[in-house]
Amino acid sequence: MIRVVLPPHLRTLAKVGKEVRLALDGEATQRAVIDALEAAYPMLRGTIRDHTTRRRRPFVRFYACAQDLSHEPPDAPLPEAVATGAEPLVILGALAGG
Amino acid sequence: MISAGVTPAGTLATLGEDHGMGGVRVLVGTRKGAFVLTADGKRERWEVSGPHFAGWEIYHLKGSPVDPDRLYASQSSSWFGQLVQRSNDGGRTWEPMGNEFVYDGVTGTHQWYDGTPHPWEFARVWHLEPSLTDPDVVYAGVEDAALFRSADGARTWRELPGLRGHGSGPSWQPGAGGMCLHTILLDRVHPERIFIAISSAGAFRSDDAGASWRPINRGLRSEQIPNPTAEVGHCVHRIAMHASRPDVLFMQKHWDVMRSDDGGESWREVSGDLPSDFGFPIDVHAHEPETVYVVPIKSDSEHFPPDGRLCVYRTRTGGHEWEPLTRGLPQSHCYVNVLRDAMAVDSLDPCGVYFGTTGGQVYASADAGDSWAPIVRDLPAVLSVEVQTLP
Repeated sequence: MIRVVLPPHLRTLAKVGKEVRLALDGEATQRAVIDALEAAYPMLRGTIRDHTTRRRRPFVRFYACAQDLSHEPPDAPLPEAVATGAEPLVILGALAGG
Repeated sequence: MISAGVTPAGTLATLGEDHGMGGVRVLVGTRKGAFVLTADGKRERWEVSGPHFAGWEIYHLKGSPVDPDRLYASQSSSWFGQLVQRSNDGGRTWEPMGNEFVYDGVTGTHQWYDGTPHPWEFARVWHLEPSLTDPDVVYAGVEDAALFRSADGARTWRELPGLRGHGSGPSWQPGAGGMCLHTILLDRVHPERIFIAISSAGAFRSDDAGASWRPINRGLRSEQIPNPTAEVGHCVHRIAMHASRPDVLFMQKHWDVMRSDDGGESWREVSGDLPSDFGFPIDVHAHEPETVYVVPIKSDSEHFPPDGRLCVYRTRTGGHEWEPLTRGLPQSHCYVNVLRDAMAVDSLDPCGVYFGTTGGQVYASADAGDSWAPIVRDLPAVLSVEVQTLP
């Protein structure tokens, strides 16, 4: 199981706690995790990545294992600790605005 | 017997002998959530619920004229984009609906601030306008300017591409607040007719339910653009109509208050003796089609009331002659703004008038503007105010 930590606004929207667990069929990548997340929680579609371009929204960031993975290619493998569920993939809103 | 009807503001109203017996529900969109304010027909004691969608920008909420419990809300954030929420119980509970706004066909370009071509990019929904006849049909005015329509209660959205594609679209240019389609007026007398307004392209009309469009800006004069009388390019801030006279339109332009008596074919200025004809909202009294309200703002470089005195101005003659309405409003040190979608009227008798400020106050008048009192004083900056008159 992949563990995903959501930012507070998206927890409220999806009516979930801080962390959700997702089962993936294939390799653990950003794209696979977001696909699974949106399938489980359709109300999150469009909030993390653009509907059309599928690109990460500019003020959303992906962290895991003390690394900023935001600029990694969406099909790059996630760290082993994320793939095994030892560590969560953290999705958070960037520090921006006032 | 209570019968339901629709007011000029598109709200549900009780008619005839039932005037004054219903209640009102004021829907307030703010920078940090939505609030629902309710009162009985006296409009003296208010219940406040919210914030709904705390922390999100709520550009607009509006109820269906045919089902007052059906509400739609535009929820957005710079971080997480656009959501559309729907309530089927008058705002007690909400459900996220479809949020996929995809421009039809080849996206094309409009002019950027520097005059270069810029691709159309969806930013947010500024205004939601439910159908006058079908609670599942709702229109969305968006930035970058386009009109979308849903026929399934906001689950899915399709652009009405005839507006952007009518010919002048590539020349449209955003105003300082973005290139937003902020006004949608539906016409009960001519059901196929729709009016919209865009900052800063101008006003447009469709006579075939949104399939085709043409600009309706003849008579507008904007000294800030290269050709002051151009067919498009005017910064229209808001348009209002009375449901019983849909050919008569009132417009608050960037500068100038305007009037059309022919469905927008031509406009003439009715600013008259206003202390400033810059402003954002404009609305029409529910029962007096020649009574109109505006909130003069000092200038486009100082977005606050003249002399720090917050005044609503009312004409009872369809323009030219305006009277200040100040009783209950702050008359010193007041430097708030009232945004374009932040004024509404109910259809009780006397007509109630409501507006919200960027300082977080929502003021109400239960006597057609003669006197005012704040319902709430300390909300986040108010982006929009709508009112439903309930049976």
